[in-house]
Amino acid sequence: MIDNPDLTGLLYLAAIICFVLALRFLSSPKHARRGNWLGGVGMIIAIATALLQEGIKNWVLIVIGAAIGTAVGVVGARKVKMTAMPQMVALFNGVGGGAAALIALAEFDELGGETTWDEGLSIALSALIGAISFAGSMIAFAKLQELIRGRPIVFPGQNYVNIAVLAAASAIGIAIVAGLEEQWAIVAVIVLALMFGVMFVLPIGGADMPVVISLLNAFTGIAVSATGFVLNSTVLIVSGMLVGASGTLLTLLMAKAMNRSVTNVIFGAFGQVQAGVGQARADDGRTVRATSADDVAVQLSFARKVIVVPGYGMAVAQAQHDVRQLADLLEEKGVDVRYAIHPVAGRMPGHMNVLLAEANVPYTQLSEMDEINPEFPQTDVALVIGANDVTNPAARTDTSSPIYGMPILDVDKAASIIVMKRSMNPGFAGIDNELYLDPKTTMLFGDAKESVLKLISAVKAT
Amino acid sequence: MTELSFVIELTILVLAAFLGFEVISKVPTMLHTPLMSGTNFIHGIVIVGAIIILGGADDTYLKIVGFVAMVLATANVVGGWFVTDRMLEMFKPRPEPGDKEPKK
Repeated sequence: MIDNPDLTGLLYLAAIICFVLALRFLSSPKHARRGNWLGGVGMIIAIATALLQEGIKNWVLIVIGAAIGTAVGVVGARKVKMTAMPQMVALFNGVGGGAAALIALAEFDELGGETTWDEGLSIALSALIGAISFAGSMIAFAKLQELIRGRPIVFPGQNYVNIAVLAAASAIGIAIVAGLEEQWAIVAVIVLALMFGVMFVLPIGGADMPVVISLLNAFTGIAVSATGFVLNSTVLIVSGMLVGASGTLLTLLMAKAMNRSVTNVIFGAFGQVQAGVGQARADDGRTVRATSADDVAVQLSFARKVIVVPGYGMAVAQAQHDVRQLADLLEEKGVDVRYAIHPVAGRMPGHMNVLLAEANVPYTQLSEMDEINPEFPQTDVALVIGANDVTNPAARTDTSSPIYGMPILDVDKAASIIVMKRSMNPGFAGIDNELYLDPKTTMLFGDAKESVLKLISAVKAT
Repeated sequence: MTELSFVIELTILVLAAFLGFEVISKVPTMLHTPLMSGTNFIHGIVIVGAIIILGGADDTYLKIVGFVAMVLATANVVGGWFVTDRMLEMFKPRPEPGDKEPKK
């Protein structure tokens, strides 16, 4: 038993140090894994310290609860496919937020509703943000898992309804801060926040998920930090805020990479804009040229430098392993192969890097957008696999295009461009891609995986 | 633990925010997914709160709420950690000649 408050505080401080170092170690893939282990050590210290406090009872419940949680966590973490990582992150995000809201609920009950203003504020915020994060994450999970429609779900006046619900939740929260002692108040905050969480994620389309997941990540962090205020726990305040800062930073980065403001993502329901705007003018004499795997294989084999531009379409087709094999073959022939990764490739920040790492692509071959863009003019072949909007030159030139201003990969500056695509369907933003009409571009239609497999055998034959 | 005043706690919060921005801005884009699941794991620290609530609960209502919080928080901690570890394990520089898969 630890009955010395200073010792308790010091142990929690040790945990905080471990967490900060864990994040610090993430600055390079070389020691990132060690950092995660260090974070694990910090967590064990914190949990042990909490358990060893005087007066802890209900051991049976604690052990059963921990056992169920562990079983769920381990099975989930082991089973998840790397393509499904965004929904897994959303899920773990949600449960954290849910726990924060429940702690606020319990603490308000324990205090009998009698709170000072700062206690009331922390409890209300912890309940509000935690519940929004829980509900929002569950909807994000359901969308990514395709349990519900990934496309925006909208109805007229939606934004007004959302704002009204949020305002109602906030009003009751303010009443709690002002001294309202009724237990229904905190329940009402949570219920309204859950409603808001559901409604604010429902209208957001699949392509905007990187922003939403980052935002929910920040929410949970802030909710946990608020819980820290409720329980007077510095370790919760600091750790929660570290996550809050991380999520906020990622949200801004993702929004910037899509050239959209966060408010626009939340209230703008993408996919509404399209139709008509930025239509590639197919009648101006330029047409799309299709090609065959054999031709592409020859082009690739005799290239000096090839840049692969993978998109989510590659992940959906589960083609990353075959792409790696193709790249290995080309490298054996002396071709310099690189991968160009757009910040929003995939369904969450950095998702494409994880998918390629899973396929054993060495991370030294992966290049970020700013790093690789100057190299396209010296590139013989840009091989675009299942990527669309992030290569669309309209983002640079066409002011009427919904993606105008979005930073893109300068694929069109390569000597020749090969686009592997299932069909001529437009991308997530619902707009046509000028790149396909470029005279330097040829299209290889078909399922990404099958096409890559054909390419592999064709390259072997050359 | 000794109770801190609201203002001191707020000070700690603000400093933690600055520290967070500083540390996170050094994380390369390549590692943003592991960063996200790693921070996911870190907010699992809410488990300490769940232990405080459940470990101090007397009536049934609090026990139920605390128990559910405990389950959620544990899933958060354990799942977040394992998933991050699994991902980071995959990030390798040039494969060493020894562990390269056999070529067909």
